[in-house]
Amino acid sequence: MRSDRLNRSPLGLKIAAAAGLAFMHVPILLIFLYAFTTEEKSYQFPPPGLTTQWLAVAWNRPDVWAALTLSVKVASIATAVALVLGTLCAAAVSQTRFFGRETISLLVILPIALPGIITGIALRSAFSMAEIPFSFWTIVLGHATFCIVVVYNNAVARFRRISGSLVEASMDLGADGFQTFRYIILPNIGTALLAGGMLAFALSFDEVIVTTFTAGQQSTLPIWMLEELIRPRQRPVTNVVAMIVVLVTFLPILGAYYLTRDGDQIAGAGK
Amino acid sequence: MTAVLFDNVSRHFGAVRAVDGVNLEIAEGEFFAMLGPSGSGKTTCLRLMAGFEQPTGGHIEIFGETAEGVPPYRRSVNTVFQDYALFPHLSILDNVAYGLMVKGVGREERRKAAEDALAMVKLPNYGSRRPGQLSGGQRQRVALARALVNKPKVLLLDEPLGALDLKLREQMQEELKSLQKSLGITFVFVTHDQGEALSMADRIAVFNDGRIQQLGSPEEVYKQPKTRFVADFVGSSNVLPARLCQRLGVTSSYASLRPEAIVLSAPRDGALSLSGTVSAHSFLGAVNRVVVDVEGARIAVASPVSLVVPKVGSPVTISFAADELHPMEDA
Repeated sequence: MRSDRLNRSPLGLKIAAAAGLAFMHVPILLIFLYAFTTEEKSYQFPPPGLTTQWLAVAWNRPDVWAALTLSVKVASIATAVALVLGTLCAAAVSQTRFFGRETISLLVILPIALPGIITGIALRSAFSMAEIPFSFWTIVLGHATFCIVVVYNNAVARFRRISGSLVEASMDLGADGFQTFRYIILPNIGTALLAGGMLAFALSFDEVIVTTFTAGQQSTLPIWMLEELIRPRQRPVTNVVAMIVVLVTFLPILGAYYLTRDGDQIAGAGK
Repeated sequence: MTAVLFDNVSRHFGAVRAVDGVNLEIAEGEFFAMLGPSGSGKTTCLRLMAGFEQPTGGHIEIFGETAEGVPPYRRSVNTVFQDYALFPHLSILDNVAYGLMVKGVGREERRKAAEDALAMVKLPNYGSRRPGQLSGGQRQRVALARALVNKPKVLLLDEPLGALDLKLREQMQEELKSLQKSLGITFVFVTHDQGEALSMADRIAVFNDGRIQQLGSPEEVYKQPKTRFVADFVGSSNVLPARLCQRLGVTSSYASLRPEAIVLSAPRDGALSLSGTVSAHSFLGAVNRVVVDVEGARIAVASPVSLVVPKVGSPVTISFAADELHPMEDA
């Protein structure tokens, strides 16, 4: 038990902590603020006036929609691929023993440890060597490399908590492999997969580096924003889109956080 | 009818011979124990019956049907796991009904069957709880109900009482035995506790190093151990070395002698005797355990507490009936 006395911290530390948090988060609030400014060419502070017209302008810009649809499509498909492959890989590594198991585990995790620029260059040269034209699918492939890691990490941690005898018990009671997966494994790893999938989606949705190397002429939303900042026209539209990106990526991550926290309790009740 | 048949069955893991040339025949309705220290192959034998392991040699039959290659979910055999392996995300009722659910039995029917099974193991009204809310003994009963609800032809129990405390263990021993009698199902259980095996089983197979050392009724295994390992592992038989055997006129190189078959007095008619010195004694409640040193061989004697215990170092004569001395097969 922690006593009240231990909880008290010096005033200086409190101020420093508050300043640190403000440094991280106030710029994000400024992004939101500039989405409503009347000045469209430069980020002038304080904004000369506030307006909601940019929401409508952004809504009516076809390039915003094209970039948004592309990003959502890429993120969804990369996440789906990662869910299937990441789960299978996690099952293999955690439920069986075979030669090279640790190596495979390391190789799967490597893409997220490597700088994105390395992954990007490697994929780009591989694609051109194999004469694969850059397309929607090359972006998906690039994103899947790191999406798999997120799903794999989540799934493998949960698999390790499932007692091996649960699977045997299910088979013993007459369930075949498919039934065992559906009734025993999936309910036990479900929240981990959902959390991993949401994180993967969020990662893919705002990915810039790997995308620049693997995309052809198409722009995903983050790349569109980067290009848009250079052009001094209708700048607040970018901010409106940024707000949407924050919402689209923040909500899944928050959801993932709560799901895995909840999952701990479910899995902990196991034995 | 033969419930389980092992014909020269082996299960080798690389160079490790977990099970090595085991022959056994378990009769229908029998309460069969596989007794041995850890790593002796008894659990692997159980897993071979359940179908979690496949033999690397030999032949297995379950109720006359070849078992090799048949996956666990197609065997009419159910297992009570050592760690119970209850499904943590399902209620107790759903745990018990699981086997019926995957076989496609209707919701109402399986709920009824599961409730009956829970009542049978004396856990009625526990159906809505989760495994995490139950004590170890209760979880064990649920595991039992979950296996029995499928009406298996053979029930396998892997160290079923290992995780329970002494009092609960004794109670469960009696319950398991009466349950087995009333259901008439063949029970095969694995244990490292010789007391458990002796008190519950109709027949016992004593395992060591992947082989069966002795197979027989509890009385046979206890009173006439065939090998030194069995004499040592099942209870605490004295093993008489070759030179003592020779003097007593036994042809084999070793012989076993139960401590309670020996008296600390001069021989009566026809009895055999040895002389030595008392090297230790201890009070065990019902008897005094007196250790007598006969030419370097330590022989334990269970002496009634009503008799006076001789002092340590004093010379004694021990005697026993000739038919209490059981020759053993090998070293």
